[in-house]
Amino acid sequence: METVTALGSDIITSSKLLVALLVPLFGSFLVSLSGKKPNVREAWSIASAVILFLIVATMVSPVLAGKTFYYQLFKILPGVTITLRADAFSMIFALIASSLWIAAAFYSMGYMRGLKEHAQTRFNTCFALAIFGAIGVAFSDNLFTLYLFYEIVSVCTYPLVAHHQDEEAYEGAKKYMVYLTTTAKGFLLPMMVLIYVMTGSLDFPHNIQTGIFQTDANGAIVTMLFIFCLFGFAKNGVMPFHHWLPGAMVAPTPVSALLHAVAVVKVGVFCTTRVMLYVFGTDLMGSLNLGIPTAYFVGFTIVMASVIALTKDNLKARLAYSTVSQLSYIILGVCLLTPHGIQGGLVHIANHAFAKITLFFCAGAIYVAAHKKNISEMSGLGKTMPFTFAAFAIAALSMIGAPPVAGFVTKWQLLIGTLESGSLGILLVLLASTLLNVGYFAPVVYKAFFGERPAGEPYEGIKEAPMSMLVPLCCCSIISVILGVYPNFFMNLVKVVTG
Amino acid sequence: MDFLIINEGFPILSTLVFLPLIGAFVLMFLPGENLQRIWAMLITVATALFSIPLYTRFDMTTAKYQFGEHVSWIPSLNINYTLGIDGISLLLVLLTAFIMPLCVLGSWTYIEKRVKEFMICLLIMETAMLGVFMALDFALFYILWEAMLIPMYLLIAIWGGARKIYASIKFFLYTLAGSVMMLVAIIALYLTNDGSFSIPMMMGQDYPLTFQIWVFLAFFLAFAIKVPMFPFHTWLPAAHVEAPTAGSVVLASILLKMGTYGFLRFCLPITPLATLTLAPIVLWMSIAAIIYGGFTALAQSDMKKLIAYSSVGHMGFVTLGIFFLNQQGLEGAILQMINHGITTGALFLCVGMMYERTHSREIADHSGIAQNVPIFVTFLTIFSLSSLAFPATNSFVGEFLVLAGAFSENKIIAGAAIPGAILAAAYMFRLLQYVLFKGPGRPGLKDLNVREIVTLAPLVFFVFWIGLAPEPFLEVMHTSVDYLLGQVDMAKAGAHIAMAP
Repeated sequence: METVTALGSDIITSSKLLVALLVPLFGSFLVSLSGKKPNVREAWSIASAVILFLIVATMVSPVLAGKTFYYQLFKILPGVTITLRADAFSMIFALIASSLWIAAAFYSMGYMRGLKEHAQTRFNTCFALAIFGAIGVAFSDNLFTLYLFYEIVSVCTYPLVAHHQDEEAYEGAKKYMVYLTTTAKGFLLPMMVLIYVMTGSLDFPHNIQTGIFQTDANGAIVTMLFIFCLFGFAKNGVMPFHHWLPGAMVAPTPVSALLHAVAVVKVGVFCTTRVMLYVFGTDLMGSLNLGIPTAYFVGFTIVMASVIALTKDNLKARLAYSTVSQLSYIILGVCLLTPHGIQGGLVHIANHAFAKITLFFCAGAIYVAAHKKNISEMSGLGKTMPFTFAAFAIAALSMIGAPPVAGFVTKWQLLIGTLESGSLGILLVLLASTLLNVGYFAPVVYKAFFGERPAGEPYEGIKEAPMSMLVPLCCCSIISVILGVYPNFFMNLVKVVTG
Repeated sequence: MDFLIINEGFPILSTLVFLPLIGAFVLMFLPGENLQRIWAMLITVATALFSIPLYTRFDMTTAKYQFGEHVSWIPSLNINYTLGIDGISLLLVLLTAFIMPLCVLGSWTYIEKRVKEFMICLLIMETAMLGVFMALDFALFYILWEAMLIPMYLLIAIWGGARKIYASIKFFLYTLAGSVMMLVAIIALYLTNDGSFSIPMMMGQDYPLTFQIWVFLAFFLAFAIKVPMFPFHTWLPAAHVEAPTAGSVVLASILLKMGTYGFLRFCLPITPLATLTLAPIVLWMSIAAIIYGGFTALAQSDMKKLIAYSSVGHMGFVTLGIFFLNQQGLEGAILQMINHGITTGALFLCVGMMYERTHSREIADHSGIAQNVPIFVTFLTIFSLSSLAFPATNSFVGEFLVLAGAFSENKIIAGAAIPGAILAAAYMFRLLQYVLFKGPGRPGLKDLNVREIVTLAPLVFFVFWIGLAPEPFLEVMHTSVDYLLGQVDMAKAGAHIAMAP
């Protein structure tokens, strides 16, 4: 209880949170107004991204010192408000969302112009709106606010998935919407109402232990609500509600990067873990024995998605299934319910983000430069696009969990967490997944650098993608290395979360 | 008369009721279509302005009927002219007063023939509708209830679409069948209460259970047709599709609410035991309406039909909230009545605006028009999101309260309503997908003009006001809802005592 009171006195009411939230919203507005001047439009995107990042960055050190920012916007009903909060948990996500938006803004400028895509204004507007939703999710102080911004992300990313406006795009977008809204309305809405009926409040507490349920809460109902939480936030890609993600691959690559590294999937896992830790709490999850069984359940997703990834020749599809697999690492870590497990899971939000966005950026760069989508067509391409494939290789190492890249930090923490919790089955899952990751990433890199160029296709005229694409993807891969060598920054944040 | 707080000063309720009627009378002698439109606008705006003091001077601490007026009308039959409003009817009166100017505005160019007669019908409708929500004497209530029938019939039959005769007669017959049953119940109550038509006097009497059940069923039929509850809904899609825009708006925003208002005003307090006995059946009927409305709306290619069937589902949520008989459910239901009035009214206005331009209501004829009419599409998106109960819009608050009331009583029935929420998202997103993206668009389609923006803007304002800060709307109903529940609970307690040996 000491931590609660100590934190209680460290709450700062600050409108900075509101400003941070409004920056991408106004950004999207300005972008939508300057459609006729592409340079001005892109300038607004990049300016909003930079401003947002700077605002978020100023909150880091107070949060590391144990402070929590807080700002109430609207009171809907007793116990139901729209309130913003920035604590260590929020900062992990807010930092990656805002920093990667800068990278994605530069990258998409190169990509969209390189391919002469249509409706770029709509694209950039929705891009900014999706970030608005993601920042809102990061800064949610209660379940209602979380749900509100979760839904905003769903709606605002729909036009991005349907961007090409052909049959394939509509199919993917329809699937996207059906999966996400059905699970949200079917699981999250009743979960939220039931929690409200049971506790009279939807506010998150300030620690991960207590949760908001009374100690005499009906265990069967709480277990049901926990399952609703796991499936309701379907953006987390947990099987069997993961099909939307490969379907959403029809989107332009910057969107895939945004969806699969930052805004959408991370919103899913962030919400899932936020609700697990701050609504159910580790005490209740432990006493109802919800942790390890859930870890095994998502362990199935980890292995299964990796196996499917092995079978995909389309690079983006392979990356999509890799994402499905990697996201469950985060949930698995949290469900181990040990400090190292939770830390490993949460730090993977950041570690996976930087690596996966690099991989998608590479896929997009290859498409723009060489118009290749399938891995089998890429042999020998590494010699003409060395920077792209080098970045790809580094990010792939992070996915595999090899030192010195960021993924290693995750894997290390998760392995310790697994040993702490004493479940050997989980250990096997992690090992199997590592091998499978090697299995589906190594051939891509190997073939690109050492494969023979196919006869009759000399790759003439193919060179590296434009600088606005190459620089962001190299930066992201370098950050992945930095996070692997100096893991303390994000580790300090997650240590504040676990207390 | 201890249930009525007599209004000593200016007779505000009578003013509201008779102003439109007087306006309609004057309108008969006004020449020129534009003058007639402006006059109707002036009268409806004046009525709306006159209704504002009802809110500002409303006493939230009492469950008594306020702003009361009581005049003896036909002494030989003991029929009185009694008006009064409480926390349940206040918002409905305000909704009616505020929707009517928008109806006039929305019909400005839509109605091209017989403008004068059209506006007269609308104004008479307004008198009758406001009166229904204020009447505290059953004879007066019944007269006003029936008085709505003729102008509404004319609105559909004269200014309607291709199958207007079929639709208007169907509407007329259904509603009439219901109100005949209601008349029987009213007379039965009149005779049991020593020849009194006073509605508040009929509440809280311990009628025998069998009597209550018969009276309840008679009322129920009348109101269930009006709501409309599945399976009494078949008149609604026909009427909506054929009615002119203003007719659809009046029908959806206000007339449907009279059914649920009837449940709240009559069924619950007058026949509480029957309500308690039959509530489970009504709850399952509500679930049927929610699911049926959702699936049917999903299958429509006509925008008006889609919205009409969505109304069946939404009103199912209202009856669901009412018949769980707890504070959250009832308040959610009343709020949802207002929300449905705002959102569905707005959606019908939107469809009407496009119909004026394209003379089609088919979704397929409007696919991909986002690029041609961005302002219109923005409005449509906001109201569609509100309709599917997107968080931070008005419907979410109502739906949340209804579901909270439902989940605290019966998790199975509450859970059975959830697919309805999913379906609402499905049919609205399907509509939006077509209108926003899927299709070639219609080059040359004109975007909304200033008049149309002015028509829709107030509704957007209310969508977000109720969605983000609903307290001003909820606080006026707390006391009245509490009192209503007290009446039901008292009957329950009385029944237990009577059954004890």
